Amino acid sequence: MILDDLPVLPVIIPLFAAPICLLLPNTRLAGSFATLIAWVSFAFAAMLLATVAEVGPIEYGLGGWANPLGIVYRVDLAGAIVMTLVSLLASVVFPYAIESARDEIVPSQTSAFFAMFLICFSGLMGVVATGDAFNVFVFLEISSLSTYTLVALGAKRDRRALTAAFTYLVLGTIGATFFVIGLGLLYQVTGTLNMTDLHDRLQGADNKVIRAGYAFIFTGLGLKLAMFPMHRWLPAAYTYAPSAVTAFLASTSTKVAIYAMLRFLFTIFGFSFGFADIAFGFFLVLGLVGMFYASTVAIFREDVKMILAYSSVAQIGYMLLGISFATVDGVGAALVHVFQHAVMKTTLFMAVGAVFFALGSHRLSAYKGLGKTMPVTTGVFLIGGLSLVGVPLTGGFISKWVLVQAAFGSVQAIPSLLIVLMIVASSLLAVAYVGRIAWTMLLEEPTSRTPRKVPLAMMAPMLLMAAVTIYFGIDAEGLVNICRAAAESLLDTGLGYGGAM
Amino acid sequence: MEALFSAVSLETAIAGSMIAPLVGLVFVAFLDRSPNLRESASIASGLVTLFFTLTIFTAVGTGARPELAIIEMLPGLEIKFKVEPLGALFGLIASGLWVVNTVYSIGYMRGHDAKGQTRFYMAFCVAISAALGIAYAGNLLTFFLFYEVLTISTFPLVTHERNEAARAGGRVYLGILMGTSIGLLLPGVIWVYGMTGTTDFVLGGILGDVFTNMPLVFGIMLALFAWGTAKAALMPFHPWLPNAMVAPTPVSAFLHAVAVVKAGVFGVLKVTVYTFGAANVAESVAADVILYVAAASILIASFIAMTQDNLKARLAYSTVSQLSYITLGAMLATKMGILGGGTQIAAHALGKMTLFMCAGAIATATHKKYISEMRGLGRVMPYTFIAYIIGACSIIGLPPLAGTWPKFFLMLSSVETGDLVLIAILILSSLLNIVYLLPPAVRAFMDPVPRDQVSEVNEAPLLSVVPAWLTAIGCLILFIYMGDLVRYLEPLVEGL
Repeated sequence: MILDDLPVLPVIIPLFAAPICLLLPNTRLAGSFATLIAWVSFAFAAMLLATVAEVGPIEYGLGGWANPLGIVYRVDLAGAIVMTLVSLLASVVFPYAIESARDEIVPSQTSAFFAMFLICFSGLMGVVATGDAFNVFVFLEISSLSTYTLVALGAKRDRRALTAAFTYLVLGTIGATFFVIGLGLLYQVTGTLNMTDLHDRLQGADNKVIRAGYAFIFTGLGLKLAMFPMHRWLPAAYTYAPSAVTAFLASTSTKVAIYAMLRFLFTIFGFSFGFADIAFGFFLVLGLVGMFYASTVAIFREDVKMILAYSSVAQIGYMLLGISFATVDGVGAALVHVFQHAVMKTTLFMAVGAVFFALGSHRLSAYKGLGKTMPVTTGVFLIGGLSLVGVPLTGGFISKWVLVQAAFGSVQAIPSLLIVLMIVASSLLAVAYVGRIAWTMLLEEPTSRTPRKVPLAMMAPMLLMAAVTIYFGIDAEGLVNICRAAAESLLDTGLGYGGAM
Repeated sequence: MEALFSAVSLETAIAGSMIAPLVGLVFVAFLDRSPNLRESASIASGLVTLFFTLTIFTAVGTGARPELAIIEMLPGLEIKFKVEPLGALFGLIASGLWVVNTVYSIGYMRGHDAKGQTRFYMAFCVAISAALGIAYAGNLLTFFLFYEVLTISTFPLVTHERNEAARAGGRVYLGILMGTSIGLLLPGVIWVYGMTGTTDFVLGGILGDVFTNMPLVFGIMLALFAWGTAKAALMPFHPWLPNAMVAPTPVSAFLHAVAVVKAGVFGVLKVTVYTFGAANVAESVAADVILYVAAASILIASFIAMTQDNLKARLAYSTVSQLSYITLGAMLATKMGILGGGTQIAAHALGKMTLFMCAGAIATATHKKYISEMRGLGRVMPYTFIAYIIGACSIIGLPPLAGTWPKFFLMLSSVETGDLVLIAILILSSLLNIVYLLPPAVRAFMDPVPRDQVSEVNEAPLLSVVPAWLTAIGCLILFIYMGDLVRYLEPLVEGL
């Protein structure tokens, strides 16, 4: 039955659809096809989530080859949540991308654009679904390579997209290299690439090779998820990529890298690994510094997309902070923030894309008086902005709240109260950069240019995401519970039986 | 009367009091083109709101504590309302004076041919709704949420003139209020939740004896709240208040003498009684420190007020000084201290609103803002200046006016705690009040009219003078009925 193949379906459907998409003649057709594929994947991912929530982790041998011969897909609760999230965002962003791409991309390239989009999507899903460490690398590169292309496609409107893509390519490849070197070292020691087997064989083991492998892997992943100070590629890439690409990447690619990190941190190495404490200390400090540094930089940028990109770096700091607590609450909070931030950043970047569509600019100066000329877009942007600040009744408040509670419950070298004050202080920085944009939108006089009307196909996804932002600020109990359960399955028992053995 | 106020259930009344202004807002927005209907809608929704708040006020007086839960975001993290006497009082004052102020606004805004009047009335609707949310909040989170809504909704009012000065003032206003509330108040709220697992307001406090052996930690927490609610204008976070004087006078009169500033001091009183527990605060050393900061605020603000020639600025500094009386009462945390603070909320609201409305009436009639230009004006506008004198005497604390009692209670409280310095400060402050509040009126009556002055000045329009007289008479009435008010607030100090 087809449902037996659930873990693999959301990954391979977009992968096989991509070449077909390339053959479709025009933007609307290719875009609609990609949208359809995203919806189908989302449906399967949601079914997968429901199944996993009910029966626990699912294993699937690719091509019928069981472990240790074949590649095993393994989806637990944390994975199912991230897969659902990624496919949900794809389902929302793809229809938005149709009109946006017609505007921002050379017509002859739009079919390729959507094909790349699908491959990127497939890669991201694959990273999450797989239970094989090397397969993580493969999918990470599938998504990264397609991302470099997607960023470069922004060149029609701004040639700087090319240098941004090139920088991203170089740095991303360095990250991938580090990652694969680390994997090689681990393979040397254990002779396996299957995550559960890796876990079993690494239990209690500790030598220089493993430590080197550990360091290589997390440096590589750190680069991929734009951990401060390895975030250099992110602001430019997000700023000059086409609007729809930014909306999708900002909410998914770093999140998936965070997920991969959680996998390696907890499932593969676990707490028994002696080096772990030092690593958590690193994440704590880098997370905190990243929060402040990136938020401060964001305040002084003149380009709204750039401001939001730096804000993303800062928000990754929050997630690292939650992970560094190494408690169920902390990791649960990080997962909640992964979800909430993905939702709010998509909302924000889609609104920015709508402004770009209407006025052809994302400079702050173009935002003057938008409250009067583009009230709906302004409203959507403000909802996302409030969530970014963490105002009650928006999703961002919930994630900061659980993060702060986790901080109170954690034992750290830095007193938890100080951490809480830092979280609050960095929220104040967010008030400053969001406030600056809001001020321009609401209180400055409009420029003389009349904005183009934004089509419904772009408006509807934006409004939907704004509604989701509000919804998960009001009724968050389900989300918080499921994220906590996912964190429990990651921490307490590793892959379901690892740590408990 | 009884029958009238039991016509709606109390839950309905709580929801209704916050929804009615918003319904009013919709009408105001749609009646943009016909100013008379638009203002009628404002007043009508004000009256409906007043009906609801009166219903609640009456019921709470008979011992009811109506509750209304709206949203539960996470277990223990919810938006809910629960009314107690102090909140019922604040709600009644805010909604009652809103009606008076709306009438006054009509005279003022039309007299000045102000632009954007629809926007002005709309923002007022949101502000009053938020103020009631603060008054009826059932936990710290709800309080915080509406506190922020109040800040944001009053911002367009402060910057109403839309010139450079308004923007600069608005920036300070927003910066200080948002900065302190997010930087200090929010960590305080989160911390309380972290320690106790709840943010509910419970009589006697929810902290219990968690902090008995940690005076420093308790002190830090108290400080987070005392300065975090910067709407209480405790120094050094007071500059937003003088800066907010760039707003049209009705805004200063209602928001910066009643709704906004009282939301701040109400918050301080409320967390003292319902979060920290008055008994805990009374024993705390940190409370004594904040007490003296409040005392210093009282004096310093008075001295600054004396140097101000702009009447509104002088009144603003007077407000800073008067608000600190309430913080002082809360930090004394004795029976008389709390009652003094609670009654000062009502008494100062009436007195200071009278003063501001008079200042606005003078500006409407003569376009004069500076005290030095007001010589001899009393003879042409006697009604305005007599109302001014009544308001000023109430603030100073002269019988038979409402302002007498709170100061009396606070003095009693300081006698109780045996703090002679505090008594001296309170007396000195009253003297200073005389020095800076009365001269403008005295000079208006006594000094000759300067020669170069045009003599075409008339009394201010009726719509400006009558509301000022209403609140002035209110000062008189409240003096007489203070005993009832004290009895009404007594549940707050149960067991002290």
